[in-house]
Amino acid sequence: MKAIFTHELRSSFRSLSAWVFASFLLCFVGIGAMMYNIQAAVSNFEYVLSLSCLAFVVIAPILTMRVLAEERRQRTDQLLYALPVSTTEVILGKYAALLVLYLVPLAIIAVYPLIFARFGEVYLPTSYGSLFAFFLLGAALLAVGVFISSLTDNQGLAAGIGIAVILFNYYSVSLSEYMSSSALGSVIALVAISCAVGLLLKLLTGNGTLGYWTGFGLSAASIALYNLDREALEGLLPEIMGTLSLFERFYVFVNGVFDLKAVVFYLSVIAFFLFLSVQSLEKRRYN
Amino acid sequence: MLQVEHLTRRYGPVTAVDDLSFEISEVGVYGFLGPNGAGKSTTMNIMTGCLSATAGTVKISGYDIYDQPREAKRRIGYLPEQPSLYLGETPEEYLRFVGEAKGLRGETLRQQMEAVIEETGIGEMRSRRIDALSKGYRQRVGIAQALLGQPELVILDEPTVGLDPLQILDIRALIAALGKTRTVFISSHILSEVQTMCSKILIIARGKLVAFDTPERLEEQLSSPGEITVAADTGADAARALVAELPGAASVTVSEEGAGSCRLTVTAGGDDLYALSREIFRAFAASGSTLSELRVKKATLEDIFLELTEGGESA
Repeated sequence: MKAIFTHELRSSFRSLSAWVFASFLLCFVGIGAMMYNIQAAVSNFEYVLSLSCLAFVVIAPILTMRVLAEERRQRTDQLLYALPVSTTEVILGKYAALLVLYLVPLAIIAVYPLIFARFGEVYLPTSYGSLFAFFLLGAALLAVGVFISSLTDNQGLAAGIGIAVILFNYYSVSLSEYMSSSALGSVIALVAISCAVGLLLKLLTGNGTLGYWTGFGLSAASIALYNLDREALEGLLPEIMGTLSLFERFYVFVNGVFDLKAVVFYLSVIAFFLFLSVQSLEKRRYN
Repeated sequence: MLQVEHLTRRYGPVTAVDDLSFEISEVGVYGFLGPNGAGKSTTMNIMTGCLSATAGTVKISGYDIYDQPREAKRRIGYLPEQPSLYLGETPEEYLRFVGEAKGLRGETLRQQMEAVIEETGIGEMRSRRIDALSKGYRQRVGIAQALLGQPELVILDEPTVGLDPLQILDIRALIAALGKTRTVFISSHILSEVQTMCSKILIIARGKLVAFDTPERLEEQLSSPGEITVAADTGADAARALVAELPGAASVTVSEEGAGSCRLTVTAGGDDLYALSREIFRAFAASGSTLSELRVKKATLEDIFLELTEGGESA
């Protein structure tokens, strides 16, 4: 795993993606700090992070797009399969390298509250609690990006899908207000999600029968639930969209609450998408 | 060293590899022959763990490639048909990564890197980017990575494809040298290449193994050992009568070539084509006919290949 980690680290710096990621992040946070902390003289550094998290929509896909897509395009994935390292080690090694690349600008950003504290009252626990959540939010988005990169050999497509997915997640709570809260709206959304899960399974396992039957089974269960207990489905769609929002949970930290449930949620998202990435690599061996 | 047992790989309704079994236990260069689409690359990908098998097992020095992949893969060096190279890196950086991934560290890694760089002759190119190297040098870099970790089994998929004649000779010499100390398993569809380099040949057709032997013994197994072509200044009937009487001649085909001359194609009944050609010469000399051509054409690996792959018989 160490070999994969160091190789990925070197490749990221060589391909400039690490530099672009770090400079964009520092630029966003710098502009935010200038606006809030210097010009407006607000002592809450967490507001800067709250503003800057929009940057992830662009910079997370920039960093992750080449991670696995490039291996497939160059056919170096065949080398990785033939080396005495497991696919889990490949994914973990690459992901660890991305985290290190992410931690470099974050280490610089971590000095800002201390600097501002020299000139006024800064509540450091909230600042650093938010910074910790900012790290977890970014780490979860990077895991999503790694998985998207594993699905294609086209870096541009990986970046495009990544931006769309993160943007949707960013606005999911706002969008949920426009969604139908009726039982019918919920069941339609559940059927759509079931079909998406089925397609994802087909994509990951290469087994069409498994994918289609899973999608069909989940859809049938949703429709059955709709017929049996409509009340249980009322308001479910906006609730799901709110629950799946990674950004919404970050704002809890910005409001001064260290939410352990959110920490567990972020870690679960990371584990889930890294698991899917491993399965995506394994699937190529079987197809 | 390498045990392949009942290996089968299906892609939907298509069976790419069909119940393939063979065992290699000695060092040397082994050629894996087959027409395009016969299942060579699929078999090699399964042997190296890059692809799963539908059924069957592959063991490297007793370690199953799927149950004990780490142990098995430590004993394999693999060069795919299209070398897996990070084009933006130098050969040195690339080899360092592969060496580290194979578990080499510190002085051992440095020594082995130097050894494979020396062995494959890429010393002058070690600090240039791989995308700036010629195809021949890229192939050498690919072979160098396969040799890191001192694998017992080196698998090379079409190692000379796309190279110019000089580069082909270089790579062949390199493979022949490797075969003195290791088991080298190469796939190719260039018959002359396999004949010159390999101590044993495996022939695969439609996913099945149809032959596994030395080139010499494969020639012996051929149903026809060869033929003799004769051009003589005599009538077709007289020529046929002269040759048909000879005990070594199995069949004679005669064609008239103008007035008083003909051409014969004689198939030998036994193994010694040269003895039969001497008999033909004596027979025509004794009859006072002039021979303008007497040519012996022995069966080549190409004939063996065509007979086995088109016939599809089992080994």
